Amino acid sequence: MKSLKIIVLAKQVPDTRNVGKDAMKADGTVNRAALEAIFNPEDLNALEQALSIKDMVPGSEVSLLTMGPGRAAEIIREGFYRGADDGVLLTDRKFAGSDTLATSYAIATAIGKMEYDIVVAGRQAIDGDTAQVGPQVAEKLNIPQVTYVENIEKIDAKSMTIRRRLDNGFEIVKTPFPVLLTVHSSAPDCRPRIAKNVMKYKHARTLTELQDASEDYTRMFQDRPYLKIREMGVDDIGADNEALGLSGSPTKVKKIENVVFKAKEAKVISADDKEIEDLIVELIENHTIG
Amino acid sequence: MYCETNGNSVAEVSLELVTKARSLANQLKVQVEGILIGNDLKGLEKQLYAHGAQVVHKAEDKRLEFYQTLPHTSIVCRIMEAEQPQIGIFGATTVGRDLAPRVASKLKSGLTADCTSLEIGEHYEKKTDTKYENLLYQIRPAFGGNIVATIINPDTRPQLATVREGVMKREELDTPLKGKTKNWNVEEIAGKDDFVVEIIDRQVEEKKVNIKGAQIIVAGGYGVGSRENFEHLFKLADVLGAEVGGTRAAVDAGYIDHDRQIGQTGVTVRPKLYIACGISGQIQHRAGMMESSMIISINTDPNAPINSIADYVITGDFSEVVPKLIKYYKKNSK
Repeated sequence: MKSLKIIVLAKQVPDTRNVGKDAMKADGTVNRAALEAIFNPEDLNALEQALSIKDMVPGSEVSLLTMGPGRAAEIIREGFYRGADDGVLLTDRKFAGSDTLATSYAIATAIGKMEYDIVVAGRQAIDGDTAQVGPQVAEKLNIPQVTYVENIEKIDAKSMTIRRRLDNGFEIVKTPFPVLLTVHSSAPDCRPRIAKNVMKYKHARTLTELQDASEDYTRMFQDRPYLKIREMGVDDIGADNEALGLSGSPTKVKKIENVVFKAKEAKVISADDKEIEDLIVELIENHTIG
Repeated sequence: MYCETNGNSVAEVSLELVTKARSLANQLKVQVEGILIGNDLKGLEKQLYAHGAQVVHKAEDKRLEFYQTLPHTSIVCRIMEAEQPQIGIFGATTVGRDLAPRVASKLKSGLTADCTSLEIGEHYEKKTDTKYENLLYQIRPAFGGNIVATIINPDTRPQLATVREGVMKREELDTPLKGKTKNWNVEEIAGKDDFVVEIIDRQVEEKKVNIKGAQIIVAGGYGVGSRENFEHLFKLADVLGAEVGGTRAAVDAGYIDHDRQIGQTGVTVRPKLYIACGISGQIQHRAGMMESSMIISINTDPNAPINSIADYVITGDFSEVVPKLIKYYKKNSK
């Protein structure tokens, strides 16, 4: 069968899962700068699904698309290490302040400039946990979506059969192409880096990265064009400025409160028999138990 | 209000949200209207009237036995375009989180995911010197539960939100409303293209565990140490008529099943009594239980973060403390 073009949407996120003591400021709030920037975990599950489609349909191509600041090029390199064929960094100051609607507009517009049969994204990113961008990109591309994907059961020339996770079970659905999938964390983990690819791509850079490092890139890109990570901005994708950033975002953050460890007066008791019996009696008397 | 159904009943979360919508509508002096989509919906609208919906929009079609993204999006968008609601609420369930973003994108309106609280309030925009009244404050935890954000949609309508299960209280009215039903013709409002994705098979187990509805919860963390050690917790739960829950770390370690997970990635609970055994209390876990009326923490570490929100802290090993709790409960209860 005909090979497929697959686009993986990936995001670089602060690792909010490991907010250790060193990431807490003295006032009990989070010091974001101390959090490591990582490949969003479910986007790795998504990359694995894309690579496994490539295994099933030889000749298929996997491209990574990430939107973020310049340093998000790291996500593209990581994708190359694990087997992606191409990558694009969607970056522009005008994207700053975008909510999920403006973000999905930018991403869908960029995808519109690329060839694709399947778009695969993680279910949600751990910094926002909204799970909105995937379905919103699908709507803007006017293609069906299949969310919470766990496994791709079968692919033929016209359709894909997919198992998706539900609250208390699963569903098997059949969808035509093109389609957007969002992948659940219960899907298989991503395959590890391939040593050969790490050697090949470790010097892959965006033009901006090289300019910032004042390195001589003209020769390098001439000799080894695969080391150039493509960057796209607002003008490249032909997006409408009004629909981006703050002006394109209907939701506004009114207030942010840091969750502070509030010390409430706890009654501390020991594991001593007498103290435990007193507690039980108290709980029975005030009808908490019994 | 988009109302989910499961078989013969409106989903619990949707009834919780109708209850909440009722109080928001009272403040705004507007109506609560529900949307019900399915195959044979029988008298499900009565459940919505009993919780405060004045109008129920029904869309019935034999192809809509189970939820599907595209037809539900078309139907919800068409109804919202026709009715022009100020606010649109969905449960933050697998269905709601699939549907709401698609609807928001189509209506080009703002959506806030996983709200834990909704309020009505005002806003002043300095830049444009505009004062907004009666906005929906959409309050949600963000950044892994480390911050709580209040989000507003000043300029677009409807103001859309998904709300987590179990955070709002469900309450029937003393006398159900005598509501009105409006039937929509699915042939007219959903296109043929909306049915291109086909459901081939569907396996759903009945929820066996009901920690969300439990009055008392005995929960264990990674500190419990093993699946066998969790037996202590099950024994205590049995004596107290409680359910057993676990933290994500305990679930990941295989000590306890996934359907008992409490916290940001599991269920949110607010029982009368929460007994935390060997739980350090990462913020993600606390987010799912901190509204419990009373919290007892049993931990060898007197400085465990969970102790800061506990009412009673028992410093000791749960494997020693739990059997004592059982013993003295048996002795003192009638």
